[in-house]
Amino acid sequence: MSGHASKQIDTSTLWGGKISPFSTSYGKLMMWFFLVSDALTFGGLLIAYGFTRHDAQDAWPIGEETFNSMPFLGHGFPLLYVALMTFILIVSSVTMVLAVEAGHRMDKKGVIKWMVATIIGGFFFVGSQAWEWSHFIHGSEFGKVELVDGSQAIVRGHFGEIKNFTVIEAGSHHAKGAVIKDDLMHQFQHAVEAGKINDGVITLHDGSKAKITKEADQHMELIIKKDGKTNKVGTKIHGKNAEKMYYEAIYSGTPHKVIYGANLEQNEYGPQQYGQFFFFITGFHGFHVFSGVIINIIILLGVIAGTYHKRGHYEMVEKTGLYWHFVDLVWVFVFTFFYLV
Amino acid sequence: MERDDVIEYSLDAHHSEEEGKVLRKKIWKVTALLTIITVVEVLLGAFIKQGTTIWPIVKWSFIALTLVKAAYIVLSFMHLGDERKVMRYVILIPYFIFIAYLIFILLTEGIYVDDVLKSHGV
Repeated sequence: MSGHASKQIDTSTLWGGKISPFSTSYGKLMMWFFLVSDALTFGGLLIAYGFTRHDAQDAWPIGEETFNSMPFLGHGFPLLYVALMTFILIVSSVTMVLAVEAGHRMDKKGVIKWMVATIIGGFFFVGSQAWEWSHFIHGSEFGKVELVDGSQAIVRGHFGEIKNFTVIEAGSHHAKGAVIKDDLMHQFQHAVEAGKINDGVITLHDGSKAKITKEADQHMELIIKKDGKTNKVGTKIHGKNAEKMYYEAIYSGTPHKVIYGANLEQNEYGPQQYGQFFFFITGFHGFHVFSGVIINIIILLGVIAGTYHKRGHYEMVEKTGLYWHFVDLVWVFVFTFFYLV
Repeated sequence: MERDDVIEYSLDAHHSEEEGKVLRKKIWKVTALLTIITVVEVLLGAFIKQGTTIWPIVKWSFIALTLVKAAYIVLSFMHLGDERKVMRYVILIPYFIFIAYLIFILLTEGIYVDDVLKSHGV
């Protein structure tokens, strides 16, 4: 940068009034001050997260166990999607800095081009976060299970597809012999939560009983997250043994043996606070991204209208740029401390 | 309206076509670096699992790489590196003091609470 920022000015002039000791405009300085305070807010959130994590170290979920899915592709991609989101946000930060650079050359077309790219990147990120929230809330097909000895385990592996329910005992709605093919997973999970499932027979909403036709589960693995009488935290159980223990718990006829997905009270991934921090930290960040996109759009309209060109400088683009980079900066830390370590 | 008692700092940021070329080259270099760091992080995370003996090294390299990324974003993308030294300090020093202090608190207290909860069998 040329100009006042790099020019040598003696101290008495600098602090003697009339000129800014920081050699920067009022607006830019205030944006920086806002960002410092916002950074402290995020710092406080991440520190609260760190504290809670350290006081429940053993029960805390591991990022790559929780976030291992990709849209359209299913499971088995540890952290790949979050990394992609991080990359999208970094790229949109790059396009923003290119917009600022174009502004410094008074290149209106360049500013428009790069700002549009930034806004598209921002929408991609917000969309990805919406997908991830939805995935987090709905959870896995297995859920978290409380085993017969009182221990709790998360489950990995491939859930065998449910083909249909064949009614063997009529209820108020379904007749005997009817084959149900819709909404199977949903009804299955409901029955599991209510403890209304036993040895391949499900009790449906209307009281009818149906036989479940389901493919075998594959590569099932139980990872113990809470001590029970026999299973201790950190133990991993594979294959047939795991299937036996999982279905033993499900067929026990007791409700609330399995938790699917997440809400603010409980989640299948780890302690209650884990879900709360996930919603609050990524939500607060997502809200920042969303408002960043809106602000970018407003400034883009100003650029298109030629407001800043008439003014003789594109400092407004620079100021929203600062905010946008800050949002990227926060995500870099969230990515590391929430997902990676 | 022109005012001669106010310096228009916003105009200082202008640069020429040639300077722009150099700046853009620098931006793309930083982009490449940030991309490489993110890829390295994902690969490390995919191949080295938590709980293994080398995990602590990986964990600390994650944190170090994060700080490198953050430094490039703040100093290069946000142009803080081009600002006056006094402005850099005004922005960074309060933040570092607060955060270092809070991290110290979280580690000591968090680990202590974990110990207490464990020894009481919760």
